Amino acid sequence: MGLDPAWRINQSMASTAHAELEITHGTTVVACRYDEGVVIAGDRRATAGNLISHRSMEKVFPADRWSGVAIAGAAGPALEMVKIFQLQLEHYEKVEGRSLSLEGKANQLSQMVRNHLPAAMQGMAVVPLFAGWDRRRDRGRLFAYDVTGGRYEEDDYVASGSGSLHAKTVIKLGHGGTLERDETVALLIRALFTAADEDSATGGPDSMRGIYPIVATISADGYQEVGEPEIVERFADIVGEFSDEETGS
Amino acid sequence: MNMPFYVAPEQVMKDRADYAQKGIARGRSLVAVEFEGGVVICAENPSRNLRKISEIYDRIAFAGVGKYNEYDQLRMAGIRHADMKGFTYSRDDVDSQALANQYAQMLGQIFTHEMKPLEVEILVVAIGFDPSGDRLFHIRYDGSVTDEDGFAALGGEAELIRKRLAEADLVSLDLQGAIRAATQALAGPDRELIADELEVAILDRSKTGRCFRRLENNEIDAALSAQDS
Repeated sequence: MGLDPAWRINQSMASTAHAELEITHGTTVVACRYDEGVVIAGDRRATAGNLISHRSMEKVFPADRWSGVAIAGAAGPALEMVKIFQLQLEHYEKVEGRSLSLEGKANQLSQMVRNHLPAAMQGMAVVPLFAGWDRRRDRGRLFAYDVTGGRYEEDDYVASGSGSLHAKTVIKLGHGGTLERDETVALLIRALFTAADEDSATGGPDSMRGIYPIVATISADGYQEVGEPEIVERFADIVGEFSDEETGS
Repeated sequence: MNMPFYVAPEQVMKDRADYAQKGIARGRSLVAVEFEGGVVICAENPSRNLRKISEIYDRIAFAGVGKYNEYDQLRMAGIRHADMKGFTYSRDDVDSQALANQYAQMLGQIFTHEMKPLEVEILVVAIGFDPSGDRLFHIRYDGSVTDEDGFAALGGEAELIRKRLAEADLVSLDLQGAIRAATQALAGPDRELIADELEVAILDRSKTGRCFRRLENNEIDAALSAQDS
């Protein structure tokens, strides 16, 4: 007996549906270039199915002094990947006496994502973003990845996770040429706010518990987290716009 | 059947020790001096690329004298040991004592079982959260370890340098004072060393995370030209 053609079609449909499942991540992480470096940011929510499993998860990490990594996807493997990535950069730097080039770091991460592909096929995909200051070229650079380890350098901004579509749209509309640091921080916070507004798996600002997205800048001065007061203020600006609309002023 | 000549074990060990000591004596020396803000390690080394001092972990540094390829191998083994341990357990679990023991085992093993001993002497430096937690483990070519207090000297002229340091006033030094004391002890009374001839690094207690830092020439110059207060 030969293969039932209908069965074959069902198979391919099933695998397409499966592939679609893999790229849904309960997260929004974004990164954007500005005149003196890059800003990288991520929300704090972790989900398990339709439940919120963790409210204050960190998804943005320094990879070393000059670069940062943000993760989307299955939390366990993603955190493990970040830990190994950080270790490898530090180990290389100590053994060789100089750190890897930014391109080298991006390729290293690409290999790690590639090696993770079998787990990704079983639904535990990890799709990171990588951003850093290229000390040889004196500029900030951004890299996005896919589950196969594909590495894509972008000029202006990158996003990953389930809310990335909404976040990207906000950045795209607000990105007019060269940005300064403060503008970029405000823009990314607005992008995360919108993503949280549209995507149930992305967490918004939680003023009740004092939990806000993590935002960091990476410039010639290295990786620096943006202080909570500034983030709270940017959210207050957005909330202010809403209430202005309400009162019609 | 050919029978090898009998050589007394005492003689074997003595020959090996002499061989190693000769190799070490050929190279230039280095010193480590504790000060309030951490530990400064200062080596006479005209090369910018072949380094004697290196970072091992957050609060641990390594310094070696003797044959470059041999202590560089030990350095890399140390970094691997520390990174593995920090990854498997936690960054807090990486300690200098375990590392020094590991080095002692390696060197001792090679000294007794291999044809040729390593021609190196190494120093494992660690800083605590206050000066009482600072450690200087001096490990010799035969695997013997000494826990030095306040300062340590390695290399061909170590005895002489140790004597100079013992006579110097090392109480409540700041970084610049520690660099001066270390350099003067290295140079001796008859000559002066300049920044180009020195490799200087510190473990800085005021930092968090990775405390190791190399000093640039201008910083070394500033320290050397500052007056003794």
